[in-house]
Amino acid sequence: MANTIRVQTPLTQEVIDTLQAGDKVLLCGDIYTGRDAAHGRLIEALNRGEDLPIDVDGQVIYYVGPAPAKPGAVIGSAGPTTSYRMDDLTLPLLERGLRGMIGKGARAPKVIEGMKTHGAVYFGAIGGAGALITSTIKESQVIAYDDLGPEAIRRLRVEDMPVYVVIDAKGNNMYDTERAKYARED
Amino acid sequence: MRNLSVHEITAALKDMCMEANYVLSEDIRQSLEGAKAAEPSPIGASILGDLIENANIAQENAVPMCQDTGMAVIFLEIGQEIHFVDGDLKTAVNEGVRQGYTEGFLRKSVVEDPLNRKNTGDNTPAIIHMDIVPGDQLKMTLAPKGFGSENMSKSKMLKPSDGIQGVEDFIVETVSLAGPNPCPPIVVGVGVGGTLEKAALIAKHALTRDIRESSEKPHLADLEERALERINKLGIGPQGLGGQTTALGVNIESFPTHIAGLPVVVNINCHAARHIECIL
Repeated sequence: MANTIRVQTPLTQEVIDTLQAGDKVLLCGDIYTGRDAAHGRLIEALNRGEDLPIDVDGQVIYYVGPAPAKPGAVIGSAGPTTSYRMDDLTLPLLERGLRGMIGKGARAPKVIEGMKTHGAVYFGAIGGAGALITSTIKESQVIAYDDLGPEAIRRLRVEDMPVYVVIDAKGNNMYDTERAKYARED
Repeated sequence: MRNLSVHEITAALKDMCMEANYVLSEDIRQSLEGAKAAEPSPIGASILGDLIENANIAQENAVPMCQDTGMAVIFLEIGQEIHFVDGDLKTAVNEGVRQGYTEGFLRKSVVEDPLNRKNTGDNTPAIIHMDIVPGDQLKMTLAPKGFGSENMSKSKMLKPSDGIQGVEDFIVETVSLAGPNPCPPIVVGVGVGGTLEKAALIAKHALTRDIRESSEKPHLADLEERALERINKLGIGPQGLGGQTTALGVNIESFPTHIAGLPVVVNINCHAARHIECIL
């Protein structure tokens, strides 16, 4: 298996340059949650010429709608949701400096081109492993759009959150390379 | 005639919602363990191990395995000798879902209108499928359905001349196109025959069958085996990061159909393949 690297957020260009598709990464620091409805609102705000409720420059957005926290817990189960639904709403965020996205599943070619142009990385977290991932989330605070419930934007502080670099800033894509490696003749 | 209080239905469903989301069923756990030992991709094997560990944590801490605790799909097989008392059946079913999702700290994932998209706040309404059967018992099957996998499902009205090969090809093509999106390793439910909506219904119902069991119809059992073998040659692997464990099982149901038709629905489920039964 490839390298395991501990990476601190926010992400710098220097770190982005070192991350390669196939690397296993343990993420540390603050990340922001945002999925379908929150992305819709962010883009609407930009279209109206308003400031965003979060400065995305250098940041990482995690596509997740967590389950409710049980009493005494930081957050409920919090695994990734499927990323393609955010594809049409991603470029304006990359243009404003978004450096990382965490989700699961394929991305549109235009998103990958945007990642190459602006220097960003797409991380894959393990879909369906929400209970496991939650143990790496140490703090959670709603930052915006509280009325969206599970879809609100939260700031999470994570320690050693396990993810894979699925698509790096050069456009190398594990979904293509690894599938080809293990495909067998029919 | 047997009187059955709908309060019993509410109480049973509340517990079932929690258990289905907290506890990985035995058939899936066994299958994951077998797949982990056989998976040639180191990343794939590692991910399968993570999914088993995830299931252990969820069960131990009584938390959902996945944050997408799904829409509550419920099959009711109602013995015709039952007389429901103390209230209305559908209200009681939805009340069970409401209590289970609220008291069980499960995510509320339902919006009241598909276009206006305001969350209902309690994960109701449930999707309820009812059938009247002989006898005086009520069998309830709950299958909370996540939408990462639901979104990758497909229907196709094949021609009768497409035959069993056409069905097999459509199953494999659907899984291939879904790629990494539905959280592989997946479970594939297939409905063949009937009408458009009947095929979809039996495809969903097929997902409630234990994956260690094959169809009772020999030609469908063969088709299940062949489709699974081809799917696991696609290379998609756990989470789409490469490997030979793309699906854990293919479950097919069929129904008589029209002389002009061969409807097929492929309903994809994630690895958790949540389903739980109860007889009242």
